[in-house]
Order: sequence, then structure tokens, then C-alpha cells
Amino acid sequence: MSPALTVYIKECRESLRDRRVLLNSLLLGPLLGPVLFLVLMRLVVGRELEKAERPLPVVVINAERAPELIASLRQMGLEQKPPVADAELAVREQRIDLALSVSADYGADWRAGQPAQVELIYDSSRREANSDVERLRGMLESYGRRHGALRLLARGFSPAIATPLVIATSDTATPQARGALLFAMLPYMLVLTIFIGGIWLAIDSTAGERERQSLEPLLINPVPRDRILLGKLLATATFSLASLTLGLLAFLLVGHFMPTEELGMSLALGPHFFAVALPMLVPLVLLICIAQILIAAFARTVREAQTYLGLAQLVPLIPSIVLSVLPVKAQLWMYAVPLLGQQLAIMRLLRVEPLSALALSLSAVVTMLVAVVVFALTRRVYASERLAIST
Amino acid sequence: MIELHELRKSFGAVRAVDGVSFVARDGQITGLLGPNGAGKTTTLRMLYTLMRPDAGTIEVDGRSTAEDPLAVRRLLGVLPDSRGLYKRLTARENIEYFAALQGLDRGEARARADWLIETLGMQDLAARRTEGFSQGERVKTAIARALVHGPRNVVLDEPTNGLDVMATRSLREFLRRLKGEGRCVLLSTHLMQEVAALCDRIVIIAHGRVVAEGTADELRAVASEANLEEAFMHIIAAADKSSAGGAP
Repeated sequence: MSPALTVYIKECRESLRDRRVLLNSLLLGPLLGPVLFLVLMRLVVGRELEKAERPLPVVVINAERAPELIASLRQMGLEQKPPVADAELAVREQRIDLALSVSADYGADWRAGQPAQVELIYDSSRREANSDVERLRGMLESYGRRHGALRLLARGFSPAIATPLVIATSDTATPQARGALLFAMLPYMLVLTIFIGGIWLAIDSTAGERERQSLEPLLINPVPRDRILLGKLLATATFSLASLTLGLLAFLLVGHFMPTEELGMSLALGPHFFAVALPMLVPLVLLICIAQILIAAFARTVREAQTYLGLAQLVPLIPSIVLSVLPVKAQLWMYAVPLLGQQLAIMRLLRVEPLSALALSLSAVVTMLVAVVVFALTRRVYASERLAIST
Repeated sequence: MIELHELRKSFGAVRAVDGVSFVARDGQITGLLGPNGAGKTTTLRMLYTLMRPDAGTIEVDGRSTAEDPLAVRRLLGVLPDSRGLYKRLTARENIEYFAALQGLDRGEARARADWLIETLGMQDLAARRTEGFSQGERVKTAIARALVHGPRNVVLDEPTNGLDVMATRSLREFLRRLKGEGRCVLLSTHLMQEVAALCDRIVIIAHGRVVAEGTADELRAVASEANLEEAFMHIIAAADKSSAGGAP
């Protein structure tokens, strides 16, 4: 049996017996992203949906002065609450969110064709009430517009006279693209899963073995050090890949529970996404694992290695932020940048946008090349005399 | 047989090993004796190719460490200064892991591990994970994995460190047994009793240099002391004086 394989089997066996590794690689790593996502989406999206559909409770003062208006508002979803003594005080004391008061002259003004007044009482510094205020304002305006048009018609004018300007909106974001915007963090979540999956094995490969004084005996065996490194890398990558696979599967599952339909979005989190994303990310898994091993090899203790690798996890945030903040158009060269290329490709997959074979192979080839370079670097670090010496 | 010739190694300005030469013969136990910090561990680390000497040569059974380190490592069984085990593997798995790295196939590895487990009296330990092993149990496991390939030359760095009386006794018996099999045994220690009880030849090392060499009787004669411990103190004191720049 080749020495690299011997090391690989031993590392995997030992890691499978380590509760800390199992928890990180096979549970926490894969589930963190999807669960966080589900909760966030439910919270943010769920609340918006709720607000749009549920009845709008409003304290109405002097409703009897405008029965027609109130009836119309109730048709639009207003839930009439009994009046309170001092509405302004009640709003200030946060006993009620919003009150609508009909002025004393309402009936007279309305009949005379004069602007009739209603008053909205609210506190604009209370942000959670603002959408309710907007909704009520919208209802009132539409009531006003309708009657304005009727009055013009009654006098023989076209209502168009009062509407010199019309704003037409056309949102070019496809439903899929709108969903992908919400999912701008998903590529980072996946990359993070790769990181978390391999982290303990990477730390253990040098800093951990040195701290437990087992690295020196290991290196005395008649095995070239790069074979030992290779075995350790493959074991790290195996756990990382397992973590990524579980993470992708969890995202597929979570995709079903996402309220995307209600929002008129769809996300391509189906089997096709899984089938393309997983092999696409394999070179990145290798690169991240060997980079983690390299970084950990510089640390003297496990704790130090943890600190370094914790900071390294923030690096893939850079392309995520770039992609979500700057509306850059995807250029071919971007696929040649490890991390950026993969994150870009994931975004496009989610949006069901075409992804050329050239872009995919460019990303894979360059990432593999960089991984090979980092491997060569790590090999040099492994060859150094000081690697094994713990005291 | 292990031959070291004019070995030198510096760490920055510190000359850890400064011209060490000696020979450890087959069928003998050679003791490398010296105070802490004398350069014993560094000398041994160069011998088992973990470090490269700045100057000098090392040969094990005629093979040079500089030219063929992997071959030398195959000829050596080493109990190094660090002797950490894999705590989530059983004692047997620890031993068989090293057997595989030494190139033994599965059957050979199993047979060798069985033999060592029996010889070292580890039957009760073999199937247990090494987490929670006592110091003595750990040293036994570390020795078993170091010797799993049946090396002709055995190198042990402070083998009895941290062992109780019983464990020390059984370790000494085991080393005598290796010697009886015609193997070359080289051990380092800072303990007088150890060399007196065990070693055929003694190499005293201080300040990175060999300051005296011979059998226990020869050393007593050189130092004109009847007691080996007194002889050791005498020789070390003389070395201290000469390295401080005084007259020899």
C-alpha cells in the first residue's frame, strides 16, 4: 500500500472517531448556511407578505362623519377600531400605532365639492408602523383619485386632464434574478462550508500533531514527507467535500421551504444546480484545503492555527461583497480568479443564466494550477527541519 | 552499527553539537551520557535524519544519512524525545500504522505487532484506545511502534524518562534482549544509574563535544575515581573548565 494511502486511511479513521470533527464537518458546516438562510428568509420575507395581506387595524375617530369613505376603506382591508379619547397622546404613548380622524367640516366640504380633510395621526420615528401608514395613505389616495375622476366626468371633462404625467414602471429583473439577489450570500455560505469541513483536519495535520508530540515519530518513518502531506491533504479534502455535499443537499431541501413563490421569484436550487455546482467546486475544495494546511503549518499551537484559519475564512467574503455591491458585468477573466470565478458561476446558475463551458473550464484549470502552486509551497514548509520540532 | 564522525550543528550563534564522533557497535548497548542541554537530543536527531548536520558524516550499517536518508530510517528503530501517540487509535492500531509506513504488508504488520505486544506484556492494552494510558503504557506502545519493522539498530532518547521502577526494570530487560539478538542499541540519558546498569560502552558528552569514552571501568580509571558517579562528575567538571576558556 502506498504511504499516502496509509496516511489517508489513518487520518480518516481517526477523524471519524473525533466528535469535534464530526460535529464541524458533517453537521455544523453543512447546516449552518441553509438554516440561517431559511430563518432569515422566513423572517424578512414572511413579515412583508403578512403585512400586505392582513387587515389593517386603524382607530377611526368621528367615523360617522364619513360613512361612505369608511365603508370603502373597509373594502380595501381596513379594520375599524373604536375611537379613543386623545388620539395624539395614545400614539405618543404607543398604545396605538395609527389613527384616522375625520374633520368636523368633512360632510359639508364634500358636498360643496371642496377638499374635505381627514387627519392621519402617527409617529414616523416608529419604523415598524411606517408601512401601515403608507398602506392607509395609499388607500385614501386611491379613494380620492376615484372620486376626483368621477367629479370631472360629471362635469363633462376627461379625467385625463388632471393627469398630465403618468409614470410607467418596468422592472427588468426577472423573477429568478430577484431571487438571486436575495441569495447573493449563498456562494459565500457554500465556500464557508468547504472551509469548516476541512478545518480540523488541516489544523491537526501539523499544529495538532506537533502539540501532541506525534509529528516527530511520524516523520522518522522511511516515507518522503510529501507523501505524508498528500495523504493528509486528501483526508482533509474528503471531509471538506463531504461537508459541501451535505451543505448543497441541505440547500436543495431548504429551497422547498422558501417562500419564493409568494414573492414571485424562483430559484434554480434543483438537481441541475447540484449536479453542476458540486463538480465545479472540487478544484476549489482542493485549493482551500491545501491553503488551510499551509497556514496551519506556520502555527505553533492548535489555538494559534484556529485564529489564523478563522481570519482566512473572511477572505472569500471579498468576492461576495464585490459581486453584491458593485453591479459588475461578468467578464471572462473573472472566472480565472479562484473564489470569484466560482461565486460568479454559482450566482449565474441560481439565476438560470447561461454559463459557458469555456468559463467553467477556465475556472477549474486556473484554480487547480493555483492549488498545485500552494501544494509546492506547503511541501517546502514540510521539508523544513523545524516542522517537527515541538520543543 | 552506527558511526558518527565530526558532527556539527549550530542554531544561530549556539553551537549545539561541536564535533561529536563515536561508534556504537552491534551486540552492545552504547550509552550517550551528559547533562541536560549537552547536545544529546540534537546528535540523535541528526542520526535519525530529522535534522541535517552542518558538517560531519553519519553512517548506519555503512549507509550515509546524507546520501540515503530513507534507507537509514529503515535500518533504525527510533524512540524519539517526543513520543505522542494517536489517542483515538488503539495501541495495536498505533503500532500497525507505523508498520504500514515502514512498508510491511498487512499480514507481516499483524504478526510483528502480535509479537511485540506479547514480548512487551501489552496484551491488556492492545485493543484499548491510547487516551488515558499511563506514562509506562505510552512508552511501551511507542517502543513497539518504533521496533515494528525489526530494525538492526535501535536508538532511544531518554527511554526511561517518567517511568516508575517496575517499568524501568522491564524496559532494561527488553533492551538487554535486543542486545542479545545482536542488535546495536544506542540510548541517551542524563542518569548515571542507567548507564551503570545497562551500558557496555559509555560516551560522555558535554557542551556539544565528546569529553570521554570507554567502558565503565575505563572511565573510572581515567578519572581516578572508584565510583562511576564521581568519575562522571569529575569529567564533566573538567569539560566545563576547558569550555570556559581555562587551561585543560
